[in-house]
Amino acid sequence: MTESTSAEQFGSSRVKRGLAEMLKGGVIMDVVTAAQARIAEDAGAVAVMALERVPADIRSQGGVARMSDPDLIDSIIAEVNIPVMAKARIGHFVEAQILEVLGVDYIDESEVLSPADYTNHIDKWNFTIPFVCGATNLGEALRRINEGAAMIRSKGEAGTGDVSEATKHIRTINGEIKRLTSMSRDELYVAAKELQAPYELVAEIASTGKLPVVLFTAGGVATPADAAMMMQLGADGVFVGSGIFKSGNPEQRAAAIVKAVTFYDDAKVIADVSRGLGEAMVGINVSDIAEPHRLATRGW
Amino acid sequence: MTILSVGTRPADTAVPHGLRVGVLALQGDFREHAHVLRELGASVELVRRPEELDRIDGLVIPGGESSVMDKLARTFGLAEPLRAAITAGLPVYGTCAGLIMLADTILDGMNGQQSLGGLDIAVRRNAFGSQTASFETDLEIPALGEKPVHAVFIRAPVVETVGAKATALATLDDGRCVAVEQGNLLGTSFHPEITGEYRFHQYFLQKLVAAAR
Repeated sequence: MTESTSAEQFGSSRVKRGLAEMLKGGVIMDVVTAAQARIAEDAGAVAVMALERVPADIRSQGGVARMSDPDLIDSIIAEVNIPVMAKARIGHFVEAQILEVLGVDYIDESEVLSPADYTNHIDKWNFTIPFVCGATNLGEALRRINEGAAMIRSKGEAGTGDVSEATKHIRTINGEIKRLTSMSRDELYVAAKELQAPYELVAEIASTGKLPVVLFTAGGVATPADAAMMMQLGADGVFVGSGIFKSGNPEQRAAAIVKAVTFYDDAKVIADVSRGLGEAMVGINVSDIAEPHRLATRGW
Repeated sequence: MTILSVGTRPADTAVPHGLRVGVLALQGDFREHAHVLRELGASVELVRRPEELDRIDGLVIPGGESSVMDKLARTFGLAEPLRAAITAGLPVYGTCAGLIMLADTILDGMNGQQSLGGLDIAVRRNAFGSQTASFETDLEIPALGEKPVHAVFIRAPVVETVGAKATALATLDDGRCVAVEQGNLLGTSFHPEITGEYRFHQYFLQKLVAAAR
């Protein structure tokens, strides 16, 4: 580390994971146009997520969902000063290469888009740009970290406005972490086998009691109360997809969710910011969605 | 009770009982700062409300998104009392977004972005470009001793102009300034809180202890 005082190192794990550390306690908002990105930044988003259609529209319109048009991503980067993330399809390393040269700040290898590879995820160590990946449980999170993910997002069920799956996934991940911390070493070998994750990562988590990367929650967050609940359940921050721009008053709802995340443990603030927000997204109950149409099952 | 003088060796750092260090906890990596400060023996108070400012003898403003901190600080009535406290001599250390908050002038800020000010500098926000231009490197910082400081720059700002009242503490090889001090204020473009580098926090605690005397 001290052999050279001038060597600059780009794309190291520390630099990749570090950006996610700086986003903590913040809200990352899905946007499909530069105008929405402007609203998100003005409302206090810590970053925006560029995509072609919000999950609720992907769900209702169907068809194959892909990376956004580079022109759209350029226009969003030009519009805002905060970090810009963009989604690539699971396993689509060329979409990731494109997003890297476009100069986005983070790639979301996302189950919200149609997977490009039903066997392999992107080898994320190959990139200078950091990746965030979705996970429904600890094993899935660790497999993504092993592939180079620098941030994890619990999946929830995107585009529903139903927070129940987000609750389930953050509780599952944190519950499994707690369980590891109580295990002896001989049990950790078995735990690694059961989690289908590398023993070294499992042992690290057993001793530190937390993931080695930042953990945000996503998928169904539609209200300030939803966002604060995710924070109380141990999320480092929150992604809001369809919840903002599918609601009656995006500006006010976005700003309210930002405040609720900062004061997640203060019910009085959350009550105040929840007043008069107008219509929340209509939403759809996850239990009404047939298994094959659930996005959280994509990725393995 | 140990009283420090400037130049005390890092290993000897101790914070007198009763002194409390605030960490601005509106957004960002405030837990990492709190951890470093506690490791150094300080009592830490997370600060989100104006009344919490009354209980502290110094403040750390963490890394994060400066525009978000600015909005929340103004919305929840923290910005004005903080400005007054800084003017009255409150010791404050800012990293990255925190450095931006302490700068008298922000270049490339958002529409309407305001800083708290205090440091006689102009800071350029996100001066290196997108995340792929973020990097880590070693810096020679004589004020902190011989061992180089390992510094992580994440979409980092640089100090473009160092005014007469401020002093540059560290520069990159190309001459750009990335750490400054001015009286009780300290600011760095980079993040000692995520690299296990404690010397900046120790240096800040010395300022805090001296100011409380």
